[in-house]
Amino acid sequence: MKPAVWTGDHFFTGDIACAEGALAAGCRFFAGYPITPATEIAEHMATRLPEVGGTYIQMEDEIASMAAILGASCAGVKSMTATSGPGFSLMMENLGLGICTETPCVVVNVQRAGPSTGLPTLGAQADMMQARWGSHGHYEIIALAPASPQELFHLTITAFNLSETYRLPVLVMADEVVGHLSERVVIPPAAAVKTRERVPASGRRDRYKPFQRGACGVAPMAAAGAGYAVHVSGLTHDERGYPDMSAAGQEKMMTWLTEKIRANRDKIIQTESYRLDDAEIAIVSYGISARSSLAAVDEARAAGIRAGLLRLVTVWPFPEELIRDLAGRVRALVTVELNLGQIHLEVERCARGQAPAILVGHAGGAVIPPEEIVARLSAVSRT
Amino acid sequence: MKAQPADHPLNGLLRTERIPHIWCPGCGIGTAFSACLTALLNSGMDLTKTAMVSGIGCSGRAAGYVKLDSYHTTHGRAIPFATGMKLARPELNVVVFSGDGDLFAIGGNHFIHGARRNVDLTVVCVNNFNYGMTGGQAAATTPTYAKTTTTPLGNPDTPFNLPLLAYAAGATFVARWTILHNRDLTRCLEEALAHRGFSFVEVLAPCPTGYGRRNREKPLDALHLYQEHAVIRNGASPIEVELDPKRAITLGTFVQIQRATCIDMYDKVCRPAVAL
Repeated sequence: MKPAVWTGDHFFTGDIACAEGALAAGCRFFAGYPITPATEIAEHMATRLPEVGGTYIQMEDEIASMAAILGASCAGVKSMTATSGPGFSLMMENLGLGICTETPCVVVNVQRAGPSTGLPTLGAQADMMQARWGSHGHYEIIALAPASPQELFHLTITAFNLSETYRLPVLVMADEVVGHLSERVVIPPAAAVKTRERVPASGRRDRYKPFQRGACGVAPMAAAGAGYAVHVSGLTHDERGYPDMSAAGQEKMMTWLTEKIRANRDKIIQTESYRLDDAEIAIVSYGISARSSLAAVDEARAAGIRAGLLRLVTVWPFPEELIRDLAGRVRALVTVELNLGQIHLEVERCARGQAPAILVGHAGGAVIPPEEIVARLSAVSRT
Repeated sequence: MKAQPADHPLNGLLRTERIPHIWCPGCGIGTAFSACLTALLNSGMDLTKTAMVSGIGCSGRAAGYVKLDSYHTTHGRAIPFATGMKLARPELNVVVFSGDGDLFAIGGNHFIHGARRNVDLTVVCVNNFNYGMTGGQAAATTPTYAKTTTTPLGNPDTPFNLPLLAYAAGATFVARWTILHNRDLTRCLEEALAHRGFSFVEVLAPCPTGYGRRNREKPLDALHLYQEHAVIRNGASPIEVELDPKRAITLGTFVQIQRATCIDMYDKVCRPAVAL
């Protein structure tokens, strides 16, 4: 067998970095379906997984892919799928099953422009609200937004760790540009990769509750075949996993499923600030758009505009308090994203009218150039 | 002192705290389910390493009553879920127990691909000719002219011949029984469990609440039909076993062949070094 952690300095695409991140995190099962611009993740996993004793399977569609990774995870194996827009839509049904049954796994969406078939080969960041609300019902989700191949490597590991810590599917919301961009990717020695391993069930079978809701976090998860005869259902269930078809049962389960994320927002949410301390105008951005924004901040500063950047590494849960505080001390908030205003609306909501929220965005298909952002910053600074 | 009732031989495999079940009086799912549990007990398999996966519907509730690792998944998706489970942990025995609507309409694509890959699963399909859980709508198995709530004037469509579909798609064990033929069914399920590869057992069962009352078929009438029209033809060509409940119900094991399973082929082609 070859080593799972491909330690060294590399030059490859974000998609390959994502696959290598998954392997380093301990992913040993991938089910997927080819789709531009995420196909290279599946291709790389098809080559690499058997080398490390894992399993790759190309399923008949993305519905089946999502179902298969949940099945593999319930069998105790870390699992992942990767897709783009249309496939992401098909995964929404079983994403909900993963949330309801508290099954860890990672779903990567290398976003392209939609709706429908849209621009298959060109990037966008327009599935951000689908990431938040795409499956039916009310739930909390975790979604990360990598801005470089290096970060795709690291955040894929983070996604696995978060999925195991909180027992839910975690979304890696990349985009076509980051996925296809080739850059230096440094993979650390295996010993330096921090992975979160699943806590197996222990103790008496008749006392084990697979969905115990407690202050100490999620319940240990008994894999199929571990001797605990667990019952796992997409129906509203109690801590034993047994259906509870009542408003009270629904309230209890939903409180747990949402609170296990909400109560840990501070531990989950990662952001990065750049020249924000004395900024008058704050850019809020993520993914590839955050890179344009970074250049825009320096250019604006050179032109005498006090701009700064808040980069969202975690998009969901949304850093509400941070945006609220920021809105209280800047003249304007400018959201830069490759859509017609998704995270922008969240920023506007969280700003609570303390500062105007402005969108620099377009419908997708090309990266937003820094000049366009600078032009807007300078217009805002003159008002 | 009052005598304690004897423990039911299948109690060890039941989540007795979940009984009573939801199945209607006269429904055939319970009989198919108990045949499946008996077969599991008789199989000699390590039941702690055995999982049952169901989709959605009346038959899909089986996973909620069996005291195994049991997974009640989404509508139609039991087979891909089970595929992921089996491939991730090949030492597990994975049984899919679900209904005709679940496995062959919404889940039809998954069924044919599971069969094509010859994933080592045992798929038990209770075929009651309609969607029972939602109150008796037309399914992909509803006989032509039969009445359901969505075919009030009669079904204009043609139903699937499930054994033929399974065989054509690549299933390596294909059988059909009815709940009346309990012993044959149980024995057949034991063989299906022991079979390496994708095994498919269709179990005909009455649904008096959903299907029967709209088609002048009381529970006993259905059993009489099974008795009068059953023809046991092991080895019959699946093309010749098209179902006509009022005339010919061909039963038996139609296909039993050996072919490398999905995992056999993956080991051989993709990870020979690991397999050694």
